[in-house]
Amino acid sequence: MAQHTNTRATTQAVTANRLLDGEVVYFTADGTWSDWLKDADVADGKEACAALLAKAEPSVAAQQVVEPYLFEVAVEDSAIVPASVREKIRMAGPTIRLDLGKQAASI
Amino acid sequence: MYRYDEFDHTLVKERVTQFRGQVERRLAGDITEDQFKPLRLMNGVYLQLHAYMLRVAVPYGTLSGKQMHMLADIATKYDKGYGHFTTRQNIQYNWPALSDIPAILDDLASVEMHAIQTSGNCIRNVTSDQYAGAAAGEVDDPRIWSEIIRQWSTFHPEFTFLPRKFKFAVCGMNEDRAAIRFHDIGIEVVKGKDGAPAFDIYVGGGQGRTPMIGHLIGEAVPAVDLIAYLESIMRVYNMNGRRDNLYKARIKILVHALGAEEMKRQVEEEFVHVKEKGVVNLPEEEIARIRAYFAPPAYEALPDESSALNEAMADNKKFADWVKTNVAEHKADGYAIANISLKPVGGVAGDASDDQMHVMADLATQYSFDELRVTHEQNIVLAHVKKDDLFALWQGLEKAALGTPNLALITDHIVCPGLDYCALANARSIPISQEIAERFNDLDRQHNIGELKVKISGCINACGHHHVGHIGILGVDKKGTEFYQISLGGSADENASVGDILGPAFTEDEIADAIETIVETYIKIRQEGERFIETYRRVGKEPFKETLYATH
Repeated sequence: MAQHTNTRATTQAVTANRLLDGEVVYFTADGTWSDWLKDADVADGKEACAALLAKAEPSVAAQQVVEPYLFEVAVEDSAIVPASVREKIRMAGPTIRLDLGKQAASI
Repeated sequence: MYRYDEFDHTLVKERVTQFRGQVERRLAGDITEDQFKPLRLMNGVYLQLHAYMLRVAVPYGTLSGKQMHMLADIATKYDKGYGHFTTRQNIQYNWPALSDIPAILDDLASVEMHAIQTSGNCIRNVTSDQYAGAAAGEVDDPRIWSEIIRQWSTFHPEFTFLPRKFKFAVCGMNEDRAAIRFHDIGIEVVKGKDGAPAFDIYVGGGQGRTPMIGHLIGEAVPAVDLIAYLESIMRVYNMNGRRDNLYKARIKILVHALGAEEMKRQVEEEFVHVKEKGVVNLPEEEIARIRAYFAPPAYEALPDESSALNEAMADNKKFADWVKTNVAEHKADGYAIANISLKPVGGVAGDASDDQMHVMADLATQYSFDELRVTHEQNIVLAHVKKDDLFALWQGLEKAALGTPNLALITDHIVCPGLDYCALANARSIPISQEIAERFNDLDRQHNIGELKVKISGCINACGHHHVGHIGILGVDKKGTEFYQISLGGSADENASVGDILGPAFTEDEIADAIETIVETYIKIRQEGERFIETYRRVGKEPFKETLYATH
């Protein structure tokens, strides 16, 4: 299990880095990977989370992503919000360079 | 500076070809990530939070103008227009695509550069004094010996799978700008009995979660025996270093467990065997061959005093401020050492844009014999600038926003990438550095405070050297929130010390106030001419603790 997975979390999504360029990606309900957290599939409860991660795992052997893992999220007003600072930064980009990472798309 | 011979060229080219094949096989699915990871790490490729990161070696921090131009071109072509200079005097790119890395390595090889031994459990890039060959009082140029160690250690089959990574630093005099006592092996060049260069060898220093100061075990080791002695240390470590626990695998833990005396005894026992074989005795002619690469540049015969410099300083306060902080004494009359700060207030410590790298390269070519040095404090040095040229150099730097006059002042920090980039970090470092720099932006105030080294790490691995900061800041994670622990009294120089933790940690919002309280306490209690570190050593942590925790 990835060191950044919170074992007590109940609501989680699956993230990884894309093999080719290292881009942060999220596992979606249709079994593909998206650059955007809003597209992620969210699981609730231990079994559902384990099942979601298991569904994502074959993408490793398919050379799509590296090291997928579960991370805690909350769903607020239908938006998916990561619980940890780490995942908030992965989702957006460096906090000291708003011109870099995914957040740059909104500049 | 050192130039590749045919063997170096072949070695580096073959390595690029090999890695290109490994990347192709990974992308084709012929090898798994578990198989590929150690291979990419051996070529300096990490996977960080947002992307891959490529760490490029800059041996002992020395670069030519051409090499710096290439680093800039790589930033433009394959990355996002900037690079990050590190505490191992290297450069890191934060956004390369894996598929581009073989092409980047080709470009690097074309200017005699590579990413070999910038990661993995091997002997890493050897670091040295950024004033090498320029500082007055130097016993010998430490780059000669750094290069010899580089050649000996590169792809050394016996030391490719050590218990853990292994770092060397070399300084050429007793004034230590290379933090040698905080390295696995630190070397100071001293005068031997015959007056020739010899080596004091410290072993078992380091930072991380267990900071330790190295122990002097080899005194005035003669040049002929240098590699034999180092090989003996490596063998004792390779045999006895712990491989069962990642956190106890560095040589410092072995030295601590054995005791310095026993370590020395074992090394000397091994040394007898290594010497008997005689295969690593360092030949005089080989030393002379390497020495020739580091021959002093062709200095002009100049008076030490420069009227052009004096006039420019009198006419321009901003320039005078820069000279006062960023320019150091040179051994040759009429020359000076110019430090380029990569710590502008509001910037990111150690970062330089592609344009800035081009400017620094051009200025080095024009004013400093086409040579630059990266410092372990994440700045750049032009080591041989005529005093007459300092004003023109500064004007060129100013135009590129490289004229920040803050060397060793409270806004010149060592800062790790922290949680903004690093997959291991627990907390952000860069924003904390920026807040402190903004708080102390006033230059007169910085000068009034005097030398004060702030070092910030985003996790216990201590890449930001917080243990040896006069003020050290360590970011920790408490249930998903970033907190910052302060230590005082660390020092990486010849009077090495590890900082003392003050007390409970502060939040991001509180940390700049806390640093200000510490600084104001120092201002109140310091004696005439006393630097922060000297005051701290005189009074200890209590006065700082009292004011800090009384107000928070």
